[in-house]
Amino acid sequence: MNIHEYQGKEILRKYGVAVPDGRVAYTVDEAVEAAKALGSNVSVVKAQIHAGGRGKAGGVKVAKNLDEVRTYAEEILGKTLVTHQTGPEGKEVKRLLIEEGCDIKKEYYVGLVLDRATSRVTMMASEEGGTEIEEVAAETPEKIFKEVIDPVVGLTPFQARRLAFNINIPKEYLSKAVKFMLGLYTVFEEKDCSIAEINPLVTTGDGDVLALDAKLNFDDNAVFRQKDVAEYRDLDEEDEKEIEASKHDLSYIALDGNIGCMVNGAGLAMATMDIIKHYGGDPANFLDVGGGATAEKVTEAFKIILSDSNVKGILVNIFGGIMKCDVIAEGVVEATKQVGLEIPLVVRLEGTNVDLGKQILADSGLNITAAESMADGAEKIVSLVK
Amino acid sequence: MSVFVNKDTKVIVQGITGSTALFHTKQMLDYGTKIVGGVTPKKGGTEVEGVPVFDTVQEAVEKTGANASVIYVPAPFAADAIMEAVDAELDLAICITEHIPVMDMVKVKRYMEGKNTRLVGPNCPGVITPEECKIGIMPGYIHKKGHIGVVSRSGTLTYEAVHQLSEQGFGQSTAVGIGGDPVNGTDFIDVLKAFNEDPDTEAVMMIGEIGGTAEEEAAEWVKANMSKPVVGFIGGATAPPGKRMGHAGAIISGGKGTADEKIKVMNDCGIQVAETPAVMGETLISVLKEKGLHDKCKTH
Repeated sequence: MNIHEYQGKEILRKYGVAVPDGRVAYTVDEAVEAAKALGSNVSVVKAQIHAGGRGKAGGVKVAKNLDEVRTYAEEILGKTLVTHQTGPEGKEVKRLLIEEGCDIKKEYYVGLVLDRATSRVTMMASEEGGTEIEEVAAETPEKIFKEVIDPVVGLTPFQARRLAFNINIPKEYLSKAVKFMLGLYTVFEEKDCSIAEINPLVTTGDGDVLALDAKLNFDDNAVFRQKDVAEYRDLDEEDEKEIEASKHDLSYIALDGNIGCMVNGAGLAMATMDIIKHYGGDPANFLDVGGGATAEKVTEAFKIILSDSNVKGILVNIFGGIMKCDVIAEGVVEATKQVGLEIPLVVRLEGTNVDLGKQILADSGLNITAAESMADGAEKIVSLVK
Repeated sequence: MSVFVNKDTKVIVQGITGSTALFHTKQMLDYGTKIVGGVTPKKGGTEVEGVPVFDTVQEAVEKTGANASVIYVPAPFAADAIMEAVDAELDLAICITEHIPVMDMVKVKRYMEGKNTRLVGPNCPGVITPEECKIGIMPGYIHKKGHIGVVSRSGTLTYEAVHQLSEQGFGQSTAVGIGGDPVNGTDFIDVLKAFNEDPDTEAVMMIGEIGGTAEEEAAEWVKANMSKPVVGFIGGATAPPGKRMGHAGAIISGGKGTADEKIKVMNDCGIQVAETPAVMGETLISVLKEKGLHDKCKTH
């Protein structure tokens, strides 16, 4: 789960991790009020969307007075920002963060991620702040330093010091930098983060060490025990179809193609997308209906697939193991009738009672094309939508 | 022979009184798995499906002599259930539960250091040695006894592969689902090692997917150590970066963990990778022919 920068900074502030003073604004007037209340000479107007690269896309502006705050707020609010993370359609800005400006001495990078190879959380730091860490990793990997964290003791002060020395944070900032890093790890652990990235972390002329930006992502599987984080969810930032799917316990991800897919199991669902592509088609989505594909779930899945106007045909690929193929076939027939399907539907069933399942599809009188295998199903749906 | 489980494996079911666990306990018993007990706190002294229920894993092990456990406990309590199995010194703990918080698994892995229990999963279909022992949620009947080892991060994609093999007459020694989470117990290399040492396994089908670098590491291990042919498949070639494809671990992040990269490393290490999921079985069979193992592996 993603949250906005200003929300991430609210969490950091609660844990004593230093961030600039700032307020959220939903309107231009609120933005000016916020800047007035901050009372700083310079304020920064920052677009709040769930994507990086906002600065380059014109979503971050430094205002020297209240008039400029107004001008920039008018410019950015309602604007559709296109960054390398938003896709070509971009994202509309509906919230702004108004933040006090600060006298930046130098920019650094500090981030926490799960290292899958060691099954440990790892803190990474670099003196190449402000640049994407992937870019640093590709071009100057020797400038990235890592500390692997033992979950029993957490990040230790000596590890934080070692990182600070390695990335050449000046001595006079050392104790603040260490406090910052220790606090950041506490947030990561206690709030079940999946990523906590501070880029840039800055040293200031006032002697502070601050998070100028904050990207916190959370483990979806732990949101049940992070009620305050759950409240930060911004549905405007999510795909409508994905929200609807999550309500029905379906795992759905929207893609750009025109062939809707409905599959049981995540691995088979990915493989189904791949085989559609292999035969020259383009999948419109990833959709895992889960182990128990009931008629009700199949119906909801069809509705979600069909709410995507790009979809010109659907491939259903079910491996009926514990769930029998005749039960699934009945579900598909029932769902097809309910939603009044008008586009080509190819169904590939395999597993328990497969012949009975195919018979039910054939006897339904509906326009359902049965496929003999996964390859046959993919070929058929690709030719039907062409 | 087989790996991890066989006809002598004595299994307890943690969380046995939950509806999913009950259903699958019955399925496992029908398959012939020796389910000797179950554990649900506060339900000790009762019986389900003819199986005695205990309050703690320790008690269940003492009373039944179980050496393996299968865990169906709900996600918020599953990490604790795994640690309870480890504490009871079981040889094997198989965790089916999906959606366990990552930080919980990070702690579980730390807790398991220096201990002897093998954890399979979480978020996996389980382990099956055909016609001997089925532990998990896979449909038993698609599996046939034989000489192909199967290891996979995905459930239904494993069934697909097993089905293709069985249909064409190639039985399996053992099929191991290692699960779709970013932090798991047994990894590809552990299973490949076991298959390499198992006299009854002649070749291995390894099914991976996007996310992480476990397949690349396994491929390097195969190149350096494996004496038996390995054939692979990687799901998710068309998955967009930055999106979790159903499994918590199936995500391309920072340009890492793509299918192309995995397939390239696997090919470089001598692992032939099936071009589509429809030809996983065919690809393995063609390699068996090349290596002169076809007749030995054709079981029915």
